[in-house]
Amino acid sequence: MHKQANTFLHSLFGVVLVLTLGWSAALEAADAEQGRLLYRNNCAQCHGLEGSGKGINAPHLEVAPRNHTDYEEMIARTDEELFKAISEGGQAVNKSVLMPNWGHTLSEEEINSLIAFLRRLCCEQ
Amino acid sequence: MFNIRNTLLLLASMLPLPALAQSVEIPDSVKDCAGCHQLQQSNDQAGYSAPPLFFAGNKYRQQWLEDWLQEPYRLRPSGGFYADHVVTKDGVDSIDESSLNSHPALDNETAIEVSEWLMSLTPMDDLLADSNDYSPGSVSPRLGAMDFVKFKGCGGCHRDTPEYGGLSGPELYTAWNRLQPHYIVSYIKNPRAWNKNSAMPNRALNDGQIHKLANYLKILTDED
Repeated sequence: MHKQANTFLHSLFGVVLVLTLGWSAALEAADAEQGRLLYRNNCAQCHGLEGSGKGINAPHLEVAPRNHTDYEEMIARTDEELFKAISEGGQAVNKSVLMPNWGHTLSEEEINSLIAFLRRLCCEQ
Repeated sequence: MFNIRNTLLLLASMLPLPALAQSVEIPDSVKDCAGCHQLQQSNDQAGYSAPPLFFAGNKYRQQWLEDWLQEPYRLRPSGGFYADHVVTKDGVDSIDESSLNSHPALDNETAIEVSEWLMSLTPMDDLLADSNDYSPGSVSPRLGAMDFVKFKGCGGCHRDTPEYGGLSGPELYTAWNRLQPHYIVSYIKNPRAWNKNSAMPNRALNDGQIHKLANYLKILTDED
């Protein structure tokens, strides 16, 4: 009897774990997809539609926009640093003033979804 | 007794009401414009390829409208929304000129009729009133340009001369002749209060900083 209860609890734990991981992966994918749309509408004008840092405005900027597909550069930045750069602008992280502060335009959730998309751009391809 | 219909109606009555859309009568001469421009105010501003016009009377100068409608030219080098007109090759973006549309030219009489009607669209008076403390002034061209390009980064997306600046935003060396001064101030203050799809961020600038930028746009033109 005791063994049967243990087996049941183990099975239940397994199901909950699988559901939680699945749900978490689905949320992450949804975040990154929202981030992709936000990136296209806001960031791509300078950073480029593919995130290479070569958007249509890039040749007219005195400082080249960050290449978001550069694994080495991007993996060295924490999510907190990326959040600060997007929210407060380049100057807040000792980078170019040409990167504007988006924290009064995008919500925290939207900025987090952008970070999820940046992680996909730089490090999952 | 539980009644699902009444319960849903009660719940619906507790939800905040959406902003009431301003319904305006559109004259025949303007009806074709609705294919690209938003002429009626609503919460949904998606799906239009050209700038919204439902607040044209709060935004434009009438004389500029009359002139431009007769001799239209492209104000945004990359079209209405840049991402719709960009192609990427080897990671480098460029404008797909073949995707850009030209605005039809109107005859003088129609241009006057259309611009008069557009100027009657003023649903954003209250928003505009927040910028009433701005009185057009001046700024030195050198300091104004430095502020515009280096300190505020506006030149990344906008041109302050025909040769210099970014391509995703509208040209600004003609802005003062095109736009009402208080609209310029209000738009810089909060672009998405005017256009939910704007790709321009709210920089949270103070009034003095915004007025300085507006004054720079003023000195870029010879008129006024």
